[in-house]
Formats: sequence, structure tokens, C-alpha cells
Amino acid sequence: MSDEIILLDFWSSPFAMRVRIALAEKGIEYEAREEDLSNKSSLLLKMNPVHKQIPVLIHKGRPVCESLIIVQYIDEVWSHKSPLLPSHPYHRANARFWADFVDKKIYPIGKLVWGATGEVQEAAKKELIESMKVLEGELGDNPYFGGESFGFTDVALIPFYTWFYSLETCGDFSIIANCPNLVAWAKRCMQRESVSKSLPDQYKVYCFLMELKKKFEAK
Amino acid sequence: MAESNVKVLGTWASPFVMRVKIALHLKSVRYEDVEEDLLAPKSELLLKSNPVYKKIPVFFHAHNPICESLIILQYIDEVWTTSASTILPSDPYERSQSRFWAAYVDDKFFPALRRLVIGATEEDKKAALAEVVEGTVVLEGAFGELSKGKAFFGGDNIGFVDIALGSLLGWIEVIGKQCETKLVSEAKTPRLVQWADCFSAHEAVKDVLPDVDKLADFGLKLRAKILKALAPTN
Repeated sequence: MSDEIILLDFWSSPFAMRVRIALAEKGIEYEAREEDLSNKSSLLLKMNPVHKQIPVLIHKGRPVCESLIIVQYIDEVWSHKSPLLPSHPYHRANARFWADFVDKKIYPIGKLVWGATGEVQEAAKKELIESMKVLEGELGDNPYFGGESFGFTDVALIPFYTWFYSLETCGDFSIIANCPNLVAWAKRCMQRESVSKSLPDQYKVYCFLMELKKKFEAK
Repeated sequence: MAESNVKVLGTWASPFVMRVKIALHLKSVRYEDVEEDLLAPKSELLLKSNPVYKKIPVFFHAHNPICESLIILQYIDEVWTTSASTILPSDPYERSQSRFWAAYVDDKFFPALRRLVIGATEEDKKAALAEVVEGTVVLEGAFGELSKGKAFFGGDNIGFVDIALGSLLGWIEVIGKQCETKLVSEAKTPRLVQWADCFSAHEAVKDVLPDVDKLADFGLKLRAKILKALAPTN
């Protein structure tokens, strides 16, 4: 079928979750194909030869790679419903800036909080709390980063809510104590079906990440 | 006269700042050029307008600061729409391809280039060099795909990927001379070599690309500053 949409997916990937959320927001039907990341499919290798990573959205036989690029693509093709990026160029730039901040800060630093130990983990924990406070500052009194409506930055960040249990347990700190507004925002997002159906259980993610951590420590 | 309230805070040597200037030239938008001295402590204006990263370029339009060069480029493209020159293509799939390759330049190619300069050991530098050369080959392939036989990644005219990669050409030449290798070589990447010449000669680009000797000299000073900052303190 020429209009067929396939998502090369992995259940615990925050990047794949972004795409699932965007597709759900737009009410788009698609086929999700779960990849075995230790044994990548020939389709994945063919569709993303440069990075060999999920998520990959395949639309009309053509691949779109990199989660934030995929979300923008979805927003531009299915522009008539639930816009994720605002219409004013300045607000769009702002939304892109903060989504990029999630990639530059929350993801790599978060990884060190659940994945590292000792001094490296301690330093990462401090930086993560600081970065989350910066995000809280940006959110302000708004219900969403998109203002009144759920938008691009919200989509970029909310998948990392699945890491909260792992971050708190490994880092031995409380996110709600440090960033109550951010937790309130996350719970608000989880009330949206597009989000709650796209995010796996936090404890399940914790078990998965700890398995991953063991594998890296063994190497 | 500069269009009111259009300012670029940056430096002549930064490829990321060059991207913004090339985009403004393409759109025929005049701006005020504010120079930040990278060898001096960061200015009040920089710290105030980019508190998150404290980096240049910062683009000001109607007193609003916008940061991150690729985000600035998209902003410029979306605001100055009456210009005949578009930076991103109009088709969503082609836009996603342009964004992908610009992200590749920033997330893979540029960090490898940087490692080549600040690599601590000969082994580190050798590994970085291999990565950079591999990157050029990948980009040669991307050029074939995106250009569709035309002169630029953007087709008949320069676009998002041309600006993202082309802005690095001065540094690529300086770093190559330092390593005594042509990083963009005729042997491995003949189409990129040709593209580099076309890009550098483009109306919107030629006055923005810096003199290579001046850049090399600046590079030595900047490298010393970076290495000093990275050195372990006793």
C-alpha cells in the first residue's frame, strides 16, 4: 500500500516514544515493528544506514530518521490536526530550542545518573537537577511547554518521565522534592491518551536499564 | 542601513556565526554585526541573551534573542518569506532530509573535526582523522542524493545543508593543513571538492568566509585557550 506507515520501534526508547505520541496526537494509523537491537533487521539497516538506529518512520516507502525530525515531518504532513509546533516563527524557534535542550542535556546527563557510579554519577545528578530546574523555569505557570496546548517541547520531554523511577533510585534523590512543577506537568501530560498509551511502565523501564547497566559494566 | 532590530552577536571566525550571516545575505536582510571576542571573558550581552549555553551566535530580531545556528536559520527562513531564496525546501520529505544531513554535520562530522584538533594523543588524532575522512565520504554520498545532479545540496541554489557544511570549509582547510592532509580530497570526494568551490564563490558566501591564514593564526590561539581549560588542575 503506497500510503502505508511503518514505525521501526523499540518499547523503552524515549526517542521512539516521541514518534508514537506524535502519531497518536494526529490520529494516524500505522504498523509498529519492534526491533531487536542486538540483532537489527535488514530493513532497519537499509532505511537508516548512517546511524542504524530506531526510531525510523517509513512513509510511502521512504525513511525519515531522528526523532525530532520525524515529529516535525509528521506535524508538516498532517498539518490539519493537533498542530505540535506553534505558528509564530519566534515561538517555533523557542519550541525547537527547548526540544534540543532535552537532547543535549536531559538525555546524556540522565544516562549518567542511572548508568554511572561514584563521582561521575554525583556530578551528573547535580547537573540533572539543575537542568530540570531550568526546564521548570521555562514552563513557568503554563500547563504545557507549548503554553495552553500540548506541543513539540512537551513531546520531546515527556518520554523521559519513564526514567524518573530509575533516576531517583540510582541517584538517590527525589525529583518531586526538587522540581514539583515538572512532576505536575508530567502527570498532566500522562492524562492525555496519546501519552499514556505510548509510555511504558517506569518500573519495567528501570529493570531494563539495570540490565543494560550490568552489560556495560561487564565489558 | 541595517533593517531595524536585526543583529548578529558573533565572531568572524565562527562557522556557526557564518551560517547566520550567509542566510541573511541570501534573504538580502541587512543587519548589525556585533563582534564577541572569543579570547576574552564573555560579554554581558552574551551572558544575558544566551544564559543557557553562553555561546555565539545569538540572533536578535525585534529585541528577541534566538540561539543555536540551525534553529536561527529556520527562523530566518520562516520570517523572510518574500525572498526568492528559500533555505529549506518546501516539500516535507525533502525538508526532513535536509534537517537530517545538517544534524549529521553538527552531531557527527563537526565533533570528529574538533577531536582532530584537541585530541590528546597521536592515537586519538589518528582515530579522529579516520572518522573525519569517513564523514566526508558519507557526505559525498548525501550530496549525490540531495543535489540531483545540480551544483548544491539545495539544488540550483544553496540551502540548509550547503550552509551547515559549507560554513566549516575554512576550518576544514586550516585543520587539514595542520594534519598535512586534504580532508576533502579529489580522490575520495570529487563532487564535494567541486561543490566547495561553487559554494565559496557564491554571492551570499564569498564575503563571509574568512581568510584561511588569518583563521589559522586565530585557531592556534583558540586551541591554546581550549586546551588550557581542559587541562587537569593540580
